[in-house]
Amino acid sequence: MKKVYANAAEALDGLLHDGMLIAAGGFGLCGIPELLLQAIKDAGTKDLTFASNNAGVDDFGIGILLQTKQVKKMISSYVGENAEFMRQYLSGELELEFNPQGTLAERMRAGGCGIPGFYTKTGVGTVIAEGKEHKDFNGETYILEEGIFADLSIVKAWKADDTGNLIFRKTARNFNPPAAMCGKICVAEVEEIVPRGELDPDQIHLPGIYVHRLIQGEHEKRIEQRTTRKREEA
Amino acid sequence: MAWDRNQMAERAAQELEDGMYVNLGIGIPTLVANYVGDKDITLQSENGMLGMGPFPYEGEEDPDLINAGKQTITELARTSYFDSATSFGMIRGGKIAAAILGAMEVAENGDLANWMIPGKLVKGMGGAMDLVAGVGRVIVVMDHTNKHGDSKVLKECTLPLTGKGVVDRIITNLGVLDVVEGGLKIVALADGVSEDELRSATEATIVG
Repeated sequence: MKKVYANAAEALDGLLHDGMLIAAGGFGLCGIPELLLQAIKDAGTKDLTFASNNAGVDDFGIGILLQTKQVKKMISSYVGENAEFMRQYLSGELELEFNPQGTLAERMRAGGCGIPGFYTKTGVGTVIAEGKEHKDFNGETYILEEGIFADLSIVKAWKADDTGNLIFRKTARNFNPPAAMCGKICVAEVEEIVPRGELDPDQIHLPGIYVHRLIQGEHEKRIEQRTTRKREEA
Repeated sequence: MAWDRNQMAERAAQELEDGMYVNLGIGIPTLVANYVGDKDITLQSENGMLGMGPFPYEGEEDPDLINAGKQTITELARTSYFDSATSFGMIRGGKIAAAILGAMEVAENGDLANWMIPGKLVKGMGGAMDLVAGVGRVIVVMDHTNKHGDSKVLKECTLPLTGKGVVDRIITNLGVLDVVEGGLKIVALADGVSEDELRSATEATIVG
């Protein structure tokens, strides 16, 4: 079965429908599926729910889909870098479900592993726990959180082989593996696709069983907070 | 007189022991890394890294290498990378010995509020709720009072909580306090700060 597609639009062909739940990898602007997000914008799919740690910035990442009002709801842990997001949220145009970051990651991982719910201490005694089942284990209270089962996963990796085995680079791995795992179908964009046999099987971060379609492309890889230090005088 | 930001960070660094894996929050907690001295401390960045290094030299920034504050950073010889589920697995699983983080309010029962002010811009809790619920020891570093002069060390938090009964120790510009049965216990006074000054700036019950 052929997994490699020519471009993002072709890789998403037949997968998009209004009102769907999409799990997206990335942390801030690091390791986001920027080409697939652009293709979703071009496709004009509406009423989308995104499970994604962040919502990008105004003109990059999921932010470009907020500008076109294609997003109905975000499931995120932090949305602080996006003015348009705030405007739509405060005016009631956009729904927001805050998830603690680790709870969001585990909800994706659990969904991908066929686990519909798990108990965690995170958020006990806070607004996050309201309306959720509480249960005591060994004298400590936990709340029930549900696995995420997405209609589609979109992720970004560094390298792939043509069977969809993925290798990520540095902290650009972040949410990409759990996001990839929790979708019925996963489309990955990478910087380089190599023939099978060229990646060391011991170094694969995400096995190709989780990846159904694949594209190679040029990535802008924007930096959100450029911080540097001075070289010390010799 | 009281401690400045760097002195607070220096005091917080004394909490860290050789061999610890630690998560430092944004702001004053980040400065703690400058004061660990010879201790072998591994810093976690919850977006998926152990062994966080300093900021890169200009021209060597890598968009694939950022910390949880989205700042460009560098790796060390000991660095490892992993995904977000694994990262919070080690947090939730109690493998991270301590988190040092800032706060808007702390209460005498260890309640912590640091993620949201209702009616103002809401950014999100990020990984703070997971950290305070999961790590071995939670150390808050913050100014003792807000910009209006009101105490941030309270009988009860007024803001939405990040965690309930999670704080172990509070380090402020005025001193060090521990959360104990019945209230807070004074551990140390900042340079030039009297016990009366600390007590009068603290709304919470001080025991002992």
